[in-house]
Amino acid sequence: MSVKLGVPSKGRLMEDTFAWFAKRGVTLARTGSDREYAGAVSGIDGVELVLLSAGEIPRELVAGRIDLGVTGTDLVREKIPLWDEKVEPLAEMGFGFADLILAVPRFWADVSSLDDLDAVAAAFRAEHGFRLRIATKYHRLVREHLQAAGVADYQLVDSQGATEGTIKNLTAEAIADITTTGATLEANHLKILSGEPILRSQATLFASKTSNMDQAVLTKLKAKLGL
Amino acid sequence: MADKADIKAEAERLFAAFQDAGAAPVETALLQPAEVLLDLYGEDIRARAYVTSDGVLGEQMLRPDFTVPIVQAHMQDGAEPARYTYMGAVFRQQQAGTGRANEYMQVGYEVFDRTNPAEADAEVFALFDRTLSGRGLQASTGDIGILIAAVQGLETSPRRRAALLRHIWRPKRFRALLDRFAGRGPAPEGRAELVDALAGLDLGQIVQGAGPEIGLRSAHEVVARLDALRMDADVPAIPGAQIDAVLALLDIAEPVETAAETLNEVAAQLPSIKNAVTNFQARLDALKTHAVDLSWVTYEGAYGRTSMEYYDGFVFGFAQNGAAPVASGGRYDALTRVLGQGREIPAVGGVIRPAQLLEAGL
Repeated sequence: MSVKLGVPSKGRLMEDTFAWFAKRGVTLARTGSDREYAGAVSGIDGVELVLLSAGEIPRELVAGRIDLGVTGTDLVREKIPLWDEKVEPLAEMGFGFADLILAVPRFWADVSSLDDLDAVAAAFRAEHGFRLRIATKYHRLVREHLQAAGVADYQLVDSQGATEGTIKNLTAEAIADITTTGATLEANHLKILSGEPILRSQATLFASKTSNMDQAVLTKLKAKLGL
Repeated sequence: MADKADIKAEAERLFAAFQDAGAAPVETALLQPAEVLLDLYGEDIRARAYVTSDGVLGEQMLRPDFTVPIVQAHMQDGAEPARYTYMGAVFRQQQAGTGRANEYMQVGYEVFDRTNPAEADAEVFALFDRTLSGRGLQASTGDIGILIAAVQGLETSPRRRAALLRHIWRPKRFRALLDRFAGRGPAPEGRAELVDALAGLDLGQIVQGAGPEIGLRSAHEVVARLDALRMDADVPAIPGAQIDAVLALLDIAEPVETAAETLNEVAAQLPSIKNAVTNFQARLDALKTHAVDLSWVTYEGAYGRTSMEYYDGFVFGFAQNGAAPVASGGRYDALTRVLGQGREIPAVGGVIRPAQLLEAGL
């Protein structure tokens, strides 16, 4: 029985993951044509490479269809209820850094904290007759964060992309999104609320707690990776 | 978990008892328009209710409670006074790991009557008390109206009072605000610097200089709040005696019969609660005329604060030693105002969960 390792199937995240494993003596490679999602592993026996969309890796880990998987902490925490009962982080990999933050228009000179956002939400609702809208695709994380901070009178509106543009388009008053450099926020005249981000995310190697993993192979792999 | 047929039979028994008490049976739709519920409860309900979508009708919710549709139906065409009873399933997503049912029966009784609120409170409580007697349940009561009156009487700015009122149902946030307004807790990060930076400047120019005006919230609204923040910095701290009185109110947990005296002591510090305490006393007297044995009923100052935020007066619950409540209810006058679009009627009611009742046993 082999250990199935799920890795993002393209882009920077895939390249960085391959490099991270290569540095530790495990070579991952795509095989076949550029378009074929097949992979090969050398440097260790019994590990099988599965190339997947990064967004599907949390689900596959929970279902136990892959034993190990590389994905962002943000996706795991957003998509898996009680995530720490379902998966175990084995290694933070030191790339794919991103912060989940709340941002508001820069001209809101009266707002710098969650405390302000709460007060503004109350005033906004009184003025406009509906709850202040926060555009995001991270519903669970944002809701839990705002609930813990005691923010009321807001509503989440779903935004799967170009979230920074929703305020100008009048479909939201604030946003919660992943940012690395803040350049897109800046270009869209937004500023980040002070304090800790909702989540600091990075690419992480997770192990499924539900799969029937070959423990001998896992032990060997962990030794090889220095975990 | 009790057998489904047993739960149904128990529900039927309660439903019949509530009809015998004079309530008209009503039905409500399982699917409710999500917009109304979301507007009322906020995002927390989205995390707890099952939301589904309809191409024509938009977002729909599997009924998370009966109160809202019952109030809506009454506000549309209800005669006054009215007594309603209902029986059916409600749906709530439960936090993983709690093992609590996500679909369960409720049987409820609601009174819409503006003649004598204390009497209506007592009528509902007494009915529940009779229906649940002999089950070894502990009854707890509270009064959100007293808390609201306490906050309304605090010596501070209307803005600060409004902020506290808004967060009565979020105990942690309420406490943080109370401490801050008393000068006992920290001001929000960066607030002092901001107010300093505003001194003597034109607020409109500050906002204009901060960035282009985008979105629905206007520069005018930003200026208005900056102005309010500037004024708020000069608001004196709420006197310590008043803060201590509010905290004392929240700490009360004693037999309901002795609570009147405790509340009167607090009222000496917080005269604004006097009317609410008079209402409390009137309810107590009404409960006695309904022959409720009050010796095992407690009053808890903080009771009902963490339930969904529509109760604004009397609140009650029946439970077995710390277990999930078998029955709960309260007064929700403000909800009828929100859903009545200009009309309102004092309303009080509650639900029994037959599954929990069966588990509580005899």
